[in-house]
Parts: sequence; C-alpha cells; structure tokens
Amino acid sequence: MNEARPRTLFQKVWDGHVVRPATADTPAVLYIDLHLIHEVTSPQAFAALRERGLRVRRPDRTVATMDHSTPTTPLAAGARAVILDPQAAAQVRALEENCAAFGIPLYPLGHERQGIVHVISPELGLTRPGMTIVCGDSHTSTHGAFGALAFGIGTSEVGYVLATQCLLAWPPRTLAITVRGRLSRGVTAKDLVLAVIGRIGVGGATGHVIEYRGEAVRALSMEERMTVCNMSIEAGGRAGMVAPDETTFEYLAGRPFAPKGAEWDAAVAQWRTLVTDEGATFDQEVVLDAADIEPMITWGTNPGASMPIRGRVPEPGEDASIARALAYMDLAPGQQLLGRRVDVAFIGSCTNGRLSDLRAAASVFAGRHVAEGVRALVVPGSQQVKKQAEAEGLDRVFREAGAEWREPGCSMCIAMNGDRLEPGRYAVSTSNRNFEGRQGPGGRTLLASPLTAAAAAVTGRVTDARELMR
Amino acid sequence: MEPFRVLTGRTVVLPLEDVDTDQIIPARFLKGTTRSGLGQGLFADRRYAADGTPRPDFPLNRPDAAGAPVLVTGRNFGCGSSREHAVWALMDQGFRAVIGPSFADIFRGNALKNGLLPIAVPAELHARLAASEGASVTVDLQGQEVALPDGTRVPFSVDPFARHCLLEGIDELEFLLGQEKAIAEYESRTNQGRP
Repeated sequence: MNEARPRTLFQKVWDGHVVRPATADTPAVLYIDLHLIHEVTSPQAFAALRERGLRVRRPDRTVATMDHSTPTTPLAAGARAVILDPQAAAQVRALEENCAAFGIPLYPLGHERQGIVHVISPELGLTRPGMTIVCGDSHTSTHGAFGALAFGIGTSEVGYVLATQCLLAWPPRTLAITVRGRLSRGVTAKDLVLAVIGRIGVGGATGHVIEYRGEAVRALSMEERMTVCNMSIEAGGRAGMVAPDETTFEYLAGRPFAPKGAEWDAAVAQWRTLVTDEGATFDQEVVLDAADIEPMITWGTNPGASMPIRGRVPEPGEDASIARALAYMDLAPGQQLLGRRVDVAFIGSCTNGRLSDLRAAASVFAGRHVAEGVRALVVPGSQQVKKQAEAEGLDRVFREAGAEWREPGCSMCIAMNGDRLEPGRYAVSTSNRNFEGRQGPGGRTLLASPLTAAAAAVTGRVTDARELMR
Repeated sequence: MEPFRVLTGRTVVLPLEDVDTDQIIPARFLKGTTRSGLGQGLFADRRYAADGTPRPDFPLNRPDAAGAPVLVTGRNFGCGSSREHAVWALMDQGFRAVIGPSFADIFRGNALKNGLLPIAVPAELHARLAASEGASVTVDLQGQEVALPDGTRVPFSVDPFARHCLLEGIDELEFLLGQEKAIAEYESRTNQGRP
C-alpha cells in the first residue's frame, strides 16, 4: 500500500483495522474495537455461542445496556423499575445472565449510567475517534460523529464479533456530503439531516459510508453531529462520519474512559491525523447550502418524505408509493401541514434525546402549557442526561408545562416498551423513523426537531417554532 | 446450515418499494429470545386487520401463496432497522429467495447469513416477474441464473464469498474462527489497550 496516496477519513480508519485484506473471493477481516450490545438483538447470538461452545473473545471490548424493551414510566426517587411485560422481562433477564456468564460489563436498569446505547457510549468516552464500533442496531451510525467507523449489524454478526472480535466486510463506497455556509436561526441539525435524506432519498447512500463535511458541519456541536450521523442509515448509508476536531476533543476530555495525561496527548495527536487528505476522492459527492435549509417535517412514511415546515404535501401523480403514504397518513395532496392538529409530541430517542435537545425543547415549553388534548412525552436519552437536565431545572419546565418527564429508554421511537402511539393519531416526533406502525400500529409520525415537536406540544398544531422563539 | 444450490418454486409478489423491516416484522414481535416462530409476525400490520383476521387482498393471504418460496418485491427492500428477525420471519413463512431491483445493505447481509438468497435483478426482469405472480421460477445459485417458465435464463450476481458459504452450507463464523492467528497478531501489533 502506498501511504503517500491521499486517503479519506473512512479509508484511514478502515486501513487501520484490516486484519486480513479482501481478495477476489473473500471479504476483508475487519477488527472491531468496541461492541455495544442490548437486550433485543443479543439473546440469539449468545445462544449461538453456547451451541458451539465458544467464549466471548474480548469481554473487555464489549459493553451492554438495556434500552429498547424497557419501560420509561416515571419512578419515585429511589424506586426500582418494574417490567410488567413478561417477554420483555425475560429478555432483560437473559441479558443480565449472559453478561454475568461471559464477564461483560453491563449498565442495567437502575444504574446511574444506563440509557440508550448510542447515548451512553459517547457519554462514557467509550466512543472515540478512529475506532471501529458495531452494535446490533442500525443507529450505531451515531458514533461516526467522532470520526469512528460505526455501523449496525444483525444478530448473526453480533455472534461473530462476540466470538472473534472481527467481521467480514467488503470495502464500501464513499459519499461526501458537504454543507456550505451556516444554518439559519431556528434551523437545527435534525433539519439538516432531514434535508439531506430528502435530497438523496432513503436508498441514496446504500452501499456507501458518508462523510459529512463543510462549514455548517464543522460548526455543529458533538451532540448535533450525533443527530446528523444517527440518521445516515435513513438514507441507506452504512455509516456516517465527521472528522474529529477541537469540538470533538473538548467533548471527550475528562470522560470516564477517555485517555488521561500523556496518553491523552498522544491520542489527540493521533486523532488529528484522522482527516480526509487534500486530493483524496469520493465515489460520490453531494453539496448543499445551509442557507437553503428550513425547519423540516416529514409528511410520509419514510424519512425521505420530508419538506420545509411551511411546504405543501406533494401530488402523487403516477407515484403509487406517494399515494399510499398519503392514504396511510390521511393527508390530501397539496395541503400544508402547518396548522394541522396533532395528538402527541414525543421528545427523545438516540436521535434527539441528549441534553442540548432537551434544552431546546425547554426553551419552547418555558412559560407555556401543553395544549388541551395533546400528550407530550419528554424522555431523556440516559440517566446522565436526566440527572443533568434535573440539575438545570429542565424537568420542572416540562412538568409545569404539563409534559411527562419519563425515565430513559427508546420509548415511543420503537413502541415495544409500553410507550405507543394509538391508531390514527398524529405525533410530532424527534425520533428517526416514520415508517407505518413504527410508533404503534396505525400511528402517524411527523418527524421533526425538538424545537418543532415542543412547538406542536404547546400549540396543539404543526407550528413553525421560529414564531415562538424569543 | 442447509446448503443452497437450486431452488424451484412459485412466486408471491409484493409490489411495494422501500419495504422497511418494521413492516416486515413490527417491533412488538421482537421481544423473544429465540429465532423461531417469527412467521406469525411477518407483515403483521398489513396482513391482518386490527382484530386479527387476515386481509384477503394482501398477497401472502391468497390461497396459492402458501408454501411459495420466492418473494418478488420492489426496490430497496429491507431498509431501516438491522433486526435479523425480518429474515427469520420470512424464512419461517417458507421463503428462501427474495427477488427485487435492490436491497438495503444490512438486510442483504442478514439474509445471506441465514440462507435466504437476495437476488437483485434488472428492471425489465423485475417487471416481468411482478406481472406474473405465482409463476414457477428456478434459482440456480451454482450457475447464478434465474430461469423463468418460458425458458428465459437471466444471470444475477452475488457476493462470491456468501455464495461459497451457501453452496457448501457453512457459515462465515467458521471462516472467522479460522483467522485466530491473524487476529491475535493484529492485536499484538496494534497493542490495543482497554476499550
């Protein structure tokens, strides 16, 4: 390999983890630095290990938590969560037993570090630049915000990584998404990524690893970069990456698992090399102007069906999938969503359940009240987010406004834990998927930013949050 | 794993694009701890009315769909969640191959690891298959061809390593376990510290 050849950020991380290069007949053997696991996609992988009499090769590179099927019902101080669903309880118990049997560190329900897997790993400083990170969850792309190569895998691969700390992979193609200029006031990272997916489509990045670049991306905080990378999979991308910089180092400094002292200095020096070289090429490039991006909302049943908040639902014409989506959503072609009544506002998830998201929502809730007939759920992404939000008094803002302040978890993003949208109801949701039935059978999801979700909560209608901002 | 060599059987056509894995199997069916029995959740929200009665117009509920091993569907099938349950549910229903214009990456990988063959075909062949529901087709993985009832044979491409594993009935884990020496060398060479 010619080291002098200019390389992309992705290529550098990939090259550094090749145990055995791909040949014409066999994929590359890729080393995995960090394997995150949770209760829903791991039990069958542990069963496969047991069937074959295998151990977990690197329990010290494996970290577990519980988030998908766990309840988020508010608890009295010091109370322990009770899982009423016997199936979910069995799944959680299986994770506890598997972690104990194989020596895997676990942040269980009730632990001060428990939370959504993609929220806790960065908080702990486990997610760091240049790593390879996998998890049996498609939103593993979140961790790419740190300049890691992070992607979702199925349960078979969870088993492979447990057993060998490696995966087989063919080199993916690369896609540069450059966002020029600066986002306008009231336009968030969520709006940026919804605009990107709207532009390239839900299959637009299939087979590719995305690198987000440009002034608008550089200006994002780590939490905002996580929101953007999180939704890479919604464009079909295996992973999304942002080159690490001062913002990244500042976020990581002092985190529990971040290197300390001389090791920190050495790590930062190495992380600084994780940038796409001048002259390196991508297989595809897309350029957007940040100034063109408005607050976004989705009207259809996949995340590519997005439009500016003041836009109009498209005419289906010959497109049967648009007609189908409009029928499911009970929306008329050409109508505006602005002003439409909503039933639920959901603020949370691995996309928008971090402290800055809750601050943004609280800025709208402050001094206002949830509209009559609307249910507003605020679900912190982790126990740490919850604790910090409470230290700032955000919980009081939400409660005084009439919103529910719940325990951390995936909650109504995935509707397998008791939090569910009722059939026919509309939710403005900060989560990542508006698929049919995603938030509950028959439920209708409008994806948007925390500002837009909070604005819908207090007005009871789809609202341009900029009108409420002081 | 059962080797996959030649498959002959009828098609069921699901003429939808961007079918996500939440539609293939809604999340509430993911609370088990085994791979079995997931067929009952397959396309549950489309296949059954709210009271649990089958919707007669849904392709999988048509009488001749029972036992058909080939699903023909639209572009970007299996997008969204990484849940392998989507593959297990399709296989529990009896499917062994899915034919469409394109597949989402994670779904394609999951399918190949379980012996469900995803076959990406050109638009023209897809249109013909979509227009002839219930046709008997033959999928020849060795020869990498799909044969239609009229005798037309259309080549398809497939990941060569996955093809090898499927033809031999072995899984990727065997190969990875055989790399132990290289993996240990990598670890000592890169001197990886704590996670």
